[in-house]
This record gives sequence, structure tokens and C-alpha cells, in this order.
Amino acid sequence: MLTPVVDDDGAPFWEYAARGELRVQACADCGEFRFPPRPCCPHCRSFAAEWRRVSGRGRIWSYVRPHPPLLPDYAEQAPYHVVLVELADAPRIRLVGNLVSGPGARLDSVPAERIRIGARVQVVFTSTGLPQWVLERP
Amino acid sequence: MAVLKDATAIVGIGQTPFAKQLPATERALACRAILAALDDAGIAPDEVDALASYTMEETDEVEVAKALGLGDLTFFSKVGYGGGGSCATVAHLAAAIATGQATVGVAWRSRKRGSGPRPWKNTTVQLPTPAQWTRPYGLLRPADEIAMLARRHMHEYGTTRDHLFNVALACRNRANQNPAAIMYERPLTREMYMNSRWISEPLCLFDNCLETDGALACVVVSAERARDCRRTPVYVHSAAQGLPAQHHGMVNYWNDDPLTGPAWTAARHLWKHADLTPDDIDVAQIYDAFTALIPLSLEGYGFCARGEGGAFTEGGALETGGRLPVNTSGGGLSEAYVHGFNLITEGVRQLRGTSTAQVPEAAACLVTAGEGVPTSALLLRN
Repeated sequence: MLTPVVDDDGAPFWEYAARGELRVQACADCGEFRFPPRPCCPHCRSFAAEWRRVSGRGRIWSYVRPHPPLLPDYAEQAPYHVVLVELADAPRIRLVGNLVSGPGARLDSVPAERIRIGARVQVVFTSTGLPQWVLERP
Repeated sequence: MAVLKDATAIVGIGQTPFAKQLPATERALACRAILAALDDAGIAPDEVDALASYTMEETDEVEVAKALGLGDLTFFSKVGYGGGGSCATVAHLAAAIATGQATVGVAWRSRKRGSGPRPWKNTTVQLPTPAQWTRPYGLLRPADEIAMLARRHMHEYGTTRDHLFNVALACRNRANQNPAAIMYERPLTREMYMNSRWISEPLCLFDNCLETDGALACVVVSAERARDCRRTPVYVHSAAQGLPAQHHGMVNYWNDDPLTGPAWTAARHLWKHADLTPDDIDVAQIYDAFTALIPLSLEGYGFCARGEGGAFTEGGALETGGRLPVNTSGGGLSEAYVHGFNLITEGVRQLRGTSTAQVPEAAACLVTAGEGVPTSALLLRN
């Protein structure tokens, strides 16, 4: 599987995720969330940032089901769900992820008929610190 | 912008054959397409003093200029963001010529996509930084990224697979009239579409562009010079690039409104500086790496309201004789996928009256570059 190639701006996200925390970069001056992480606030141009913990609750904004041709590790689990989750605490922040039946489960572990746009989801983490999403009402 | 309006014209177009696999190198294909375009224009290679292509173009200016014996170059430019750059290559040349930085410009794209590697299939490639937010989750290919927008559009506006089929069919029908198209004499039916394999649900095989080897080029000169050229000039009436606030490459899920893509930004500028409106457009060449880009672009460029892009395709609207004939050479879906450059050359053919699917008395054509990525567009007129 592909692992994230981390840059300086994004590194804190992955460090917190490895500890099981979902944190989003926010401006330390005006307080606005931003994603993906970057050096400067697009709202007030401050370079002061903090990483604010969020509840990890969200709703599915959209989703796709990739089928091969795919990289071998992914092809083996295809078709699977890639979801775009809009965070409950920060509606303009959307995170790409996988909808799974539980932490570390296979990417195809949720039946296709269970997924819909608007469904409430909760973040979980794999043993390697990758955020995943489970349905609040499976 | 007043200085750009109709100040320059495309006077030559050229292309190589299109195929899944061509033996020649990208460099050789580029040279052949450029020479063909110059020959079409009746302009000698040593008169060329400006070049423009895409940042993804792997044949550099120095190679082209050296191989073809071009003159001294005083302007060269490369445009980023893959297929979003196509129309901007012409726009950059037009701007350079209109402001006296050069006199004869050539834009080109050469690509061996059909026989080249596919990073999502054969190799584990190093992930570029933005991919840390998408690729680990298996959002690996452009098709997956656009399918995300397509699904949301379907959810919000009732866009259907039949609407996407209408797009694929219009492109295929035009390719069936075009002997140069890869899908010449290979008709598409609704049954074939609906029964085809998925690539990334909700997008199936026929929602995806071809994988093509080939190259194209066009020649841009001043309007004054164009009057003495071999061909009827096709004027660059308006041009624009579009990179919306808070945009993020093709994965533009971090805008306030991901369904309002770069097309909207480009369109505002394009129409503002034009004597034309969407109602004046006789034929359009709309970037179609994926069928779903066409409804999004129809909305962005103002042919219909937000959310109506799917419904717009009904009743043969995109076919010859329809409300807005599109991609009359077959487009990226059915002629060739060379990062949209074939849409520019087909726009020129329509305004010359030489298309294989000619729209009678076509006088104004919109050409667009890739939607989803930072984009560009041209309004061409004769």
C-alpha cells in the first residue's frame, strides 16, 4: 500500500494521527481552519498556526468505487470505497479516506449498499496511523 | 485585453497519425506535427520566433528549435496543469505576438500516452506531496478524482448515467465521421455503454478518454500577417486562464464549492472581453478526458445554469444539428487524447469549413482545456 509522503506543512497531521488524534491546522490568530496544511492563513495571512483537535465526526460528501487497473495492493481489495468526508466541526474541511467496517479492516469491508451521501461517519485509525471512517449507524 | 481581441490568428494546423502505439519518439512526432502546421500556414521554419507548450511536454524548446532549424526565439512559454494548459499555449503566443515580443508562434503537444507507462497500474511511483492526502486511500487515478465530483453532481442535481452516455455518444458519433479518429467506424450503443466495465463508479470504461500516441501543432501570427497566409485566418477573439481562489490541482475538494471549478473562473474573463455570448457559439470543443467534465463545463461556460449540465445533454443537444454540437472530431473520448490539443485544431477546421462533421456556417467556436485542473479557454472566430 502507498504510505503518505509527508512534507513539512503536513507532518503534524500524520504525527497526531499516529497517536490516534485527528487534528486540523487552524490559524492561531483568526482561528479559521485550513486544509491541506500550508504555511500561511488564506484569511488573515498570519503565519501563526495551531493544530486543533476535532471530534472526528463527519458526513460523506461524495464517494467513488475504484475498479482495476490499479496498483496491485489496491487491485486486490477492489472495488472499495473512497469517501470524501466533510467534518462536523469544520464544514469546509473535507478529508479523503476509506469507509471500512472497523479500524484496519479491508478497503472492501463495507457492502456497497450501505454507503450513501450524507451518511454520518466517525474517524478510526489503522495501526500505522492512517485515518479511516466507519459508519455511525452500521 | 482590448489589444488581444482578434489581434492574432491561427493560420496553420498540423498533426501526426493517432494510434494506440506509434513507433516514432515523442520528439520526432513533435517535429512532424510542427512541420505540418508550418506547411499548412505556408510559413518557413526559420521564421518561427516563439514556441509554447505544456509543462508536461517532454520535448523541450531547444530540441524542437534545433531539430527543425528554427530562427532566433524571442519568446517561449510552458503552461502547467496537464490538459488545463492546452488553450493557454495559444493564448500565450497570441499575447506575445500582440505585444510585439514575437511574430510567428508555434504551439504543440506530443505525447505517447498509449504506449507509455501508467503509474497506477505498473509501478509504484514516488508520491508527489499533495498526494499524501489522497493516494494512500486508493484515490489513485484522475478518473477516481473526477468520479468524486460526478457522484456529487448526480446526488445534488439528478444527473444520470444516461446524461454521461449522451456525451460519450456525441463524441463517438463525430469520430465515426472522422477517418483520423481512433474510433472511426467503431459505433457506440447505449447497451455497450451500460454493460461496459467500471473504471471508478460512477464512471465506466466509455466515460474515459482514449490512451493515444500522437502530436499536434498550430501556428499563430498577427491578424495583419494572417491576411497574407495560405489559409483563411481563424482569429483568437478572447482567451483566458482560470485558477479559482483556494483551488487545489485536480483534487479540488477543498474549495468552498468543488462543483464550481476552474471553468467558471476562465469563463468570466473569457466572456467579459468578448463581443460574443454563449448564444453566439455555433460549435464547441470541450475538454473531455472524462464525460463528466462536459456537464460541469457547460455550466461553467454559461451554456446552462448550475446543475443543468446533465439535462442539457438530452434530446441530441450535443449532436450535429443540436443546440450545441460538441467535439466534432470525436474529442479526447473518441478521436485522440493528446491533452486536448486536438480540440484546438478541430475548432480551427470548423471555422475554416473543413471539419469532417462540419457545422454549416460555423462562425464562432469555444475551445476549452481540462476542467478540474487549473484551466484555459479560447474563443475562436472567422
